[in-house]
Amino acid sequence: MIEISVHKKLWSSTGEVSLDLDLTIKEGSFLTIYGKSGAGKTSFLRILTGLLKPEEGHIRVYGKTWLDSQRGINLSPQKRGVGFVFQDYALFPNMTVEENLFFALKKGQDRKTIQELIEVMELGELRHLPPQSLSGGQKQRTALARALVQRPQLLLLDEPLSALDAGMRTKLQQLILQIHREYHLTTLLVSHDAPEILKLSSEVILLEEGKVTKRGAPIEFFTHKRVSGKFQFTGEVLKIERQDFIFIVTLLIGQDVVRVVADESEVRELAPGDKVLVASKAFNPILGKLKIETVSR
Amino acid sequence: MIDWTPLLLTFKLAAVTTMALGVLGIPLAYWLAYTKNRMKPVVEALVSMPLVLPPTVLGFYLLVAFSPSNSFGQWLERWFNLRLIFSFEGLVFASILYSLPFMVQPIQSGFSGISSSLQEAAYVLGKSKLTTLFKVLLPNIKPSLLTGAVLSFAHTIGEFGVVLMIGGNIPGQTKVASIAIYDEVEALNYTSANTYSIILFVITFTILLAVYLLNGGYLKRSWK
Repeated sequence: MIEISVHKKLWSSTGEVSLDLDLTIKEGSFLTIYGKSGAGKTSFLRILTGLLKPEEGHIRVYGKTWLDSQRGINLSPQKRGVGFVFQDYALFPNMTVEENLFFALKKGQDRKTIQELIEVMELGELRHLPPQSLSGGQKQRTALARALVQRPQLLLLDEPLSALDAGMRTKLQQLILQIHREYHLTTLLVSHDAPEILKLSSEVILLEEGKVTKRGAPIEFFTHKRVSGKFQFTGEVLKIERQDFIFIVTLLIGQDVVRVVADESEVRELAPGDKVLVASKAFNPILGKLKIETVSR
Repeated sequence: MIDWTPLLLTFKLAAVTTMALGVLGIPLAYWLAYTKNRMKPVVEALVSMPLVLPPTVLGFYLLVAFSPSNSFGQWLERWFNLRLIFSFEGLVFASILYSLPFMVQPIQSGFSGISSSLQEAAYVLGKSKLTTLFKVLLPNIKPSLLTGAVLSFAHTIGEFGVVLMIGGNIPGQTKVASIAIYDEVEALNYTSANTYSIILFVITFTILLAVYLLNGGYLKRSWK
């Protein structure tokens, strides 16, 4: 269990924001932090790593106190042992991919870990290259591998996939999910992307002006009512066509273009460009608009 | 044939000064780049003083401070057996002060130019500040280090006023090339003065050209 209760004044582009967080996170969960720029998402992660010191509060992680302003405890980032993937990857330009990973190795730690991670992350062919010559996705994989070298109990990802194209995004989402499950790793993700959140997280919190204003399972978070579909996807509306009594809605789901039948009541509030949830209930697919208008990039 | 001692002394002085400045300048530049201390502007101003102050002012105060006729000078001599005026050690000390901004400023701007997330990434990986400095920060500001070292070296070669004030003109001790040129001109030995001058001219030009070639990426392969 991770218990966080902190207060910190932040200065953002919109003025002063008071960050007041009070939440607990279950071990092994995948929590996504969602919210506008300047809401305090990155600051939240930085406070957890110890890179940013809150004015007051306490953080307890798996029974160990990381921060207690009253007792004057504030563990340095070095002692917290968190895996952190920076938004700009922060790979050391003076080291190759492999050297970046070796640098992360703790004293006396088994060097086999590196080989294992290189295989899992498919970095074999890149191991001797400097980070400058890598593509965005390759940098991301290296940064993720480096964050995992010390086998952290907590992995923090600060918008790790925002700069990648759709195909690479999907692939890396899969990888993150696989790692999360395999290592039973408590993971915190900052993300703007509704489909990504639905795919990855077990829980979502909405951060608005430094406060958690909403918390829930991803599906409930983004839909008005609970859906009891057997399977569901999220996609984007490309085109809506009328054919006699029914409507044909063309959707982009992942990288596939899918056509779905819909009736007038479903189509009424849809327009091309809307994000929708497609669920199959028995034989007829249902379309529901996703409530993501609260966030604009 | 000219006397080579002043030239050799000049390069010895420049080399010793540059090495000492490397040891002093890196921690000072690191502190200036990352501190939030309110005294920072004061220290920055002091470090930059030799850029604008006539070298004779610095030389004059050093002469007064180290003179064996006052208590500080006597204390140095009694406890460390060190006399800093009219000696090579004194020249080194004065040169360090005089070339300080040439070492500190490039390194400080090098540190400031590194994305802060690199440093933070090393801290999160459990690395100490010292390890981070040597393994992450310094290797990534090699051009700044090179610039700092070479400018300090070249600037020390070009020193005249400070040396004249505190070093005097003792052959083999404090008579550096710039002083020797002055000396030869005074003695109307224009040929020797010209030889010293040409040598200094060519060497300093070559050094500076090399720095700009390296840092400009023209010789990227040899500097990695």
